[in-house]
Amino acid sequence: MLNLEHLSKTYADGTRALSDINLTVHEGEIVSLIGGSGCGKTTLLRLIAGLDRESAGRIRLDDEVLTGPHPSVGIVFQEPRLLPWLSVADNIAFGLDGVSTAEKKARVAHALDKIGLSEHAARWPRDLSGGQQQRVSIARAFVTNPKVLLLDEPFSALDAFTRASLHEHLLGLWEETRPTVVLVTHDVQEAVTLADRAIVMQPKPGRIFDELPLTLSRPRDKTGLPFETSVRRVLTALDHSLKAPQQQPQRERDRQAAALWW
Amino acid sequence: MTGQATSNAWSSHEGAAALAAPAFTEKRRAFDWRILLGFFLPIAIALLWEAAVRTGLAQGRLVPPPSRIFATLWGLAQTGELWTHTWMTLWRVLVGFVIGAVAGIVLGALSGSSQTIRQLLDPTLQALRAIPSIAWVPLFILWLGIFEASKVALIAVGVFFPVYLGIAGAILSVDRKLVEVGHVFRLSRAQLARRILLPAVLPEAVIALRSGLGLGFMFVVAAEFMGASEGLGYLLVDGQQMGKPDQILAAIIAFALLGKTADSLLVAGTKPLVRWQDTVRERL
Repeated sequence: MLNLEHLSKTYADGTRALSDINLTVHEGEIVSLIGGSGCGKTTLLRLIAGLDRESAGRIRLDDEVLTGPHPSVGIVFQEPRLLPWLSVADNIAFGLDGVSTAEKKARVAHALDKIGLSEHAARWPRDLSGGQQQRVSIARAFVTNPKVLLLDEPFSALDAFTRASLHEHLLGLWEETRPTVVLVTHDVQEAVTLADRAIVMQPKPGRIFDELPLTLSRPRDKTGLPFETSVRRVLTALDHSLKAPQQQPQRERDRQAAALWW
Repeated sequence: MTGQATSNAWSSHEGAAALAAPAFTEKRRAFDWRILLGFFLPIAIALLWEAAVRTGLAQGRLVPPPSRIFATLWGLAQTGELWTHTWMTLWRVLVGFVIGAVAGIVLGALSGSSQTIRQLLDPTLQALRAIPSIAWVPLFILWLGIFEASKVALIAVGVFFPVYLGIAGAILSVDRKLVEVGHVFRLSRAQLARRILLPAVLPEAVIALRSGLGLGFMFVVAAEFMGASEGLGYLLVDGQQMGKPDQILAAIIAFALLGKTADSLLVAGTKPLVRWQDTVRERL
C-alpha cells in the first residue's frame, strides 16, 4: 500500500507545486492522476520516485518511509530515456543488478517477448521508433518487479494508434505481477482505459480536487456506454477543477487546516 | 484489434525500409561522385603549373612544379632521410600527446565532476590557457634544455588545453535526464560515473582528443623550429636556409599525410566506442 500523508512541495523560488496531498493507493490498484498543466502531477511522481525531496509530509510504502529512490519503486518517464550506448536488451537489463546472469537473461528475454520486440534485442535504441522505444522503457521498469510503478505521461508523445497498442502492452505486463500503478496523464480516455480510480487535481497550488472510482470490468470496451459515461464524469470533474479553482467549495481537510490556522 | 494494429505498423515499417533501400544506394553513388569532384581543383592546378613550367611560361624556381616536389620526396625516401625525420616528429607528437591528453583527461574529469575542484582549478587553468603556448618556449628551454624534453613539454601544453576543456565541458553537459535514470536505479557515484557519465562523454572526448592531436602537430613544428637536428620541422628550416623550396613542400606534404593518418587512426580506434551515436555521419 502506498500512502501519501500531508505531502507538500515548495520549490526554492517559492512556487508551491503541491499542497497537502493525502492519498492511499491499494496494492495492485491502478490510479490515474489527471489535471491541467501545472497542477503538480509530475512533481508528485518525482517525489514518490525519490528524485525530489518533499518540503513537508511523508510517503510510506507498506511500513517503510520512502526517503529516496527505492528498489520497489519503478518509473517510466515521459520520454523513453534509453541509454543510447546500450542495446535494447542491455537497456532492459540496466536495473537488474545483483541478479545472476542466467536469471537476468531469462527475465530480459521474457520482457522482450512481452513487448513484442524479441527480434530487436541486439539493436540500438536509435533504430527503434518512438513507440518501440517507450515499450523498451516500460519493460526496463517492469523487469525489476517493482511493487509500485510510476508512469509520467508515458504515452503523451505518441499517436493514438500506437498509444492504444501500448495500453495493451502495459496491461499485459501489469497482469503478471500486478504492481501498484500511479499513472499521470492529461488524457481522459487513457485514464478511463487503464485506471481503477481517477484522481482529479487542481493547480496553484497543486492539490487533489476529486476522486472518481472507475469500476468498469476489464477488458474495457471503449465503445460501450459505461465507458462513455465514465469519460464524461471525469471530464466534468476536470472542467470544474479548471474553471473556478478559487470558488470551489474547499475540501473537508482544507477547512480543518484553515480552522487550525485561525 | 490493437494487436493487429501493431502488426500492421510493423509490416509497414519493413515495407518502408524496402522502399527506401534503392534510394539509398542511388544516394551512395552520387556521394562517390562528389568525392571525386573534390580532387578536381588541386589536380587541375598542379597539372597547369606543371605544364606552365615545362613549356617555359614560368621558371618554377621558387614554386617548383609537382614533378620536382615528388622527385625530392622520393629522393628523401630513398636515402632513408624521410623516415628518420618522420619517425622523430611522430615520436615527439606521440609522447607530447599522451602526456597532454592524460593530464587533460584527468584534470578535465575532476573539474567536470566536482564543483569544488572546478572552482579551485578552473580559474588558474583558464588564465594559463590565455598565454600563447609558444610564449613558454624560452622558459622551457631554460628549464628543460634544448633537447627533447622542452619540445615534448611544449607539445604536451598545446594538447592539454583543448582536451581539458572538451572533457570538462562534456561532463558538465551530460543530459540530466539520463543521470536521473541512474538515480532511479540507485547507482552509486562510481557506478554512475562508469555506467552513465563515461559513455555519455565519449563522443565529445573523441572530438577533444582529435583537436588536441591537431594542435600537437602544430606545436611540433614550432618545437622543431626552435632548434632541432632531426624531424620534419628541421627539414622545413633546412629547406629555407639552403634555398630548397622543393624540400619545404615535400616536408609539408609529409606533414599533411602524417597528420591525416594519425587523425584517421584515432577516429578508427575510437569508432567502436561511439558506434551507437545517432548522427548523420553516413550522409556527411
